[in-house]
Amino acid sequence: MESFIHIIILSMLVTTAVAIVRVKDLFAVTMLAGIYGLLSASFFVLMDAHDVAFTEAAVGAGISTILILTTLSMTGRFEKAAENPKSNYKPALALALVTVTGALLIYGTQDMPAFGAADAPVQTHVVPRYLNDSATEIDIPNVVASVLASYRGYDTFGEVVVIFTAGIGVLALIMSTASKAPVALRASMEEHVVLRIVSKMLIPLIMIFGLYVQFHGEYGPGGGFQAGVIFASAFFLYAMLFGLTAARKVVNNTWIQALAALGVLLYGSVGVLAMINGGNFLDYNFLAQDDVHGQHMGILFVELGVGITVASVMIIIFFTFSTRKQRDGEPD
Amino acid sequence: MEFLGLFNYWVVVILMMIGFYIVICSNNLIKKLIGLTIFQTSVFIMYISMGKIEGGTAPILAEGVTLYSNPLTHVLILTAIVVGIATTALGLAIVVRIKESYGTVEEDEIHAKDKKA
Repeated sequence: MESFIHIIILSMLVTTAVAIVRVKDLFAVTMLAGIYGLLSASFFVLMDAHDVAFTEAAVGAGISTILILTTLSMTGRFEKAAENPKSNYKPALALALVTVTGALLIYGTQDMPAFGAADAPVQTHVVPRYLNDSATEIDIPNVVASVLASYRGYDTFGEVVVIFTAGIGVLALIMSTASKAPVALRASMEEHVVLRIVSKMLIPLIMIFGLYVQFHGEYGPGGGFQAGVIFASAFFLYAMLFGLTAARKVVNNTWIQALAALGVLLYGSVGVLAMINGGNFLDYNFLAQDDVHGQHMGILFVELGVGITVASVMIIIFFTFSTRKQRDGEPD
Repeated sequence: MEFLGLFNYWVVVILMMIGFYIVICSNNLIKKLIGLTIFQTSVFIMYISMGKIEGGTAPILAEGVTLYSNPLTHVLILTAIVVGIATTALGLAIVVRIKESYGTVEEDEIHAKDKKA
């Protein structure tokens, strides 16, 4: 039964991807991309990767769809068919190229271990140590959280900095500097009473769920990355239904930018604190009286830093895009 | 699940090539970015498929469970997804700027305007 669902989801993924190639209406393409994200999230649940599925559902089906739609409202809905004969548009050549590349890659998969094999190299290298020793070394049930925040803390720190940098990049590229007199902007979905009422009930639940995912991440699936995107999506929903002006009153531009930096700073400070206490950078063992307590504290604060940065950067990105859109044209 | 063999990896290759095709062949910059997202997600599917163990469960330690899926691939992909959306947003921001400067997001029209200038 499970492999039946498995095959169906993978086939639906391929079908959706083929549809994305063929459709010229970019609005439909964006919706298909959202479906693609949701399908891959379902597939990750099937593969026992619940943490990943959480993230993909919030990002692939939610945030990325909204961002692409906002961009589309500025750039136009339809893809033009290339009619210029002199242009570089050569689908036959591209098709030949991807077919050859794909055939070579499929030939390459012949050497891969079979799906689900327990003796595959990926399962035997460093992973047994994580699974066997994390219970005594770190003492939290969710191994994904302990690998993310503790064993691979450097790696995660780098990723948080990348997210922070991307947020700064978006601000540098499209932040509206002109402080024009704030026009009373109408919300895009103001007249939809049902949507407004339902969202009013949902927004607090989404936020509480975000906080639950944040602080329960050591015991069940969850953590800073997932909580950040879930928490941010509550703000997206509020801004879409009640207008950017109202949302700006809740989230002040200055302190949301300060919060994005604060998350990275919190992560780094935990590392520096470990150094002050005589350990290496991000060595949580030195944070408290004994190793396990130190690990617990380190993971808690590091995940909090990740959550704050991810949520703030996502909110900054969305607000920057929407403000740009309203500056450019009529709010719709 | 024995008969699934390498099926996952073949689907990954097909998805990857569809994404690659969109990136090469599409003239519209936003569609190119969506193609890049498909490509990226196919890599996620490959990593997560590699981490699955037959008969295993999610890597959350519990009494009486001995076989867990690979937590390491989950960690790598979970962070990659969030980094991916942040970089996609950066790409979209560049597209917005291109639209404002050139008045179009079609690649051939941008090239034509560049040649004129």
